[in-house]
Amino acid sequence: MSQIKQQDKWLNRNRIEYLIQGLFFLLSLVSITIVALVFMFLFKEGVPIFRIVSVREFLFGKLWYPTYTPADYGIWPMIAGSVVVTAMASLMAVPIGLLSAIYVSEIAAHRIKEFIKPVIELLASIPSVVMGFFGMVVVAPFLQNTFNIPTGLNVFNASLMLAFMAIPTISSISEDALAAVPRSLREASYALGANRWETISRVVVPAGLSGISTAIILGMSRAIGETMVVLMVAGGAAAVPESIFDSARPLPASIAAEMAEAPYQSNHYHALFATGIVLLIITFGFNLLADYLSNKYKMTEN
Amino acid sequence: MKNLMITAVLIAVTMFGSAMAGNVVITGSTTVLPIAQAAAEEFMKANPTVNVSVSGGGSGFGIKAIIDQTCDIATSSRFVSQNEIGMACQNNVLMVPHQVALDCVVPIVHKNNPINDISLDQLKGIYTGNITNWKELGGPDQRIVVASRDTSSGTYEVWSELVLKKERVFPRALLQASSGAVAQLVAGNPHAIGYVGIGYLNEDLKGLTVNGVKATVDSTLDGSYPVSRSLFMFTNGWPTGNALRFLNFLGSPQGQALAEREGFVPIYKLN
Repeated sequence: MSQIKQQDKWLNRNRIEYLIQGLFFLLSLVSITIVALVFMFLFKEGVPIFRIVSVREFLFGKLWYPTYTPADYGIWPMIAGSVVVTAMASLMAVPIGLLSAIYVSEIAAHRIKEFIKPVIELLASIPSVVMGFFGMVVVAPFLQNTFNIPTGLNVFNASLMLAFMAIPTISSISEDALAAVPRSLREASYALGANRWETISRVVVPAGLSGISTAIILGMSRAIGETMVVLMVAGGAAAVPESIFDSARPLPASIAAEMAEAPYQSNHYHALFATGIVLLIITFGFNLLADYLSNKYKMTEN
Repeated sequence: MKNLMITAVLIAVTMFGSAMAGNVVITGSTTVLPIAQAAAEEFMKANPTVNVSVSGGGSGFGIKAIIDQTCDIATSSRFVSQNEIGMACQNNVLMVPHQVALDCVVPIVHKNNPINDISLDQLKGIYTGNITNWKELGGPDQRIVVASRDTSSGTYEVWSELVLKKERVFPRALLQASSGAVAQLVAGNPHAIGYVGIGYLNEDLKGLTVNGVKATVDSTLDGSYPVSRSLFMFTNGWPTGNALRFLNFLGSPQGQALAEREGFVPIYKLN
């Protein structure tokens, strides 16, 4: 009698385990489904524009006049705006993020580290709209007056704000990567007579390179997809910027600004979704690259 | 038995209720959208059984919807075209216009800018990129920073029609996503020029007179201020039922106050 009961219990437990396993599997499917749905929706709404313009005209056309007849749907100025702003933001954020990661992970005393690390992470928690507001109200007038330029809403300002937002990503992921470098490597380096600088620059950083490159790419992908800041601060001119003090209109800003007023299912609407496809492909590419780099330089420990 | 009676009463109440209730479908101009939305909210508060649904899509879209009889009221920021009247006749639709508000757009500069008046031709030159320095307008030797609304906005549409005469705004103009953003930009930049609806003027901004006429409710109503236009709602035939009640509400001082609150000029002077 009791034996049967015992067996029942065991079977029951087994069944519950299967159930829970199944539940977890389903939950993991949710995000895959969402990604698939977003892709499908984006393509369904975006592709019809290519009945009006060729892919080439759309990507490399220099004029964006979606509401005129005849209309022009060229997003080259927006692509250029996104690329310039992201590249400049990376130029500012990578050295700062990486060096602060090295400092926090390798050099700082424990108490300083305990203070600096949360502060850098706090930077990540500032909402982008607050960052945009800061750029608009504080940085823009400052740039205008200091450099005597026509407008402070420009590529430089947007890059600066995006750099602030990318620094915590780059810094904290790089720091994790550096912290994961085995202690034995550092000890071996010191044992060979290397000093601290040589150990950091020749051993620890190269060993953490996969994580560091992932950090940089993820930081860039955060910068290129960021909408609110570029909408508020980049100025919004749909022309290829010729100097860092020119205004630009990065891809996300263009979509966010116009989507609300584009008539449903109109050519303008499809063109904005197609812009979204371009943006998605770029960020997707960044993520693939990050994935590839993190595998390529993965240290095999044996 | 008792249950049956309750059911019968319930059915009767629902049927009676539905006789009073109804739908008013409004679609069209994105410019008129805020007025229609504000009015719909207030109207539904006063008439809880009536459902007023408001959507945008553009004036052309709204007029097409009234011609196809897929909406009750079409909103439009322009009068109907001859082509549209022809199409309406073919569909046996008589479009009746109702003026619901006026749109008045004012060029603005920084409060320290010495310029006070500007002509329509000068504005057109600035926005098409042919006039690039304040010096050409009698101001300081400074590049003009041109702020505009996005080309899909209703305010831009007025500007494009009445100032640019359908020519394209030059690509270096700073296209802003809202009138608030334009006002903010111009208030913070001594070399900037922009344009906003009359409701956005404040003490940080200097509204310019256009061809010597100051933008006011009076100059908009008598038509002397050049950058203004009427906003319309169209119905198929003379409105009846809920559509009539809605249009009457919009025309009442209460409805016109809502239009004014949304930054437009009411069709008559409110006290």
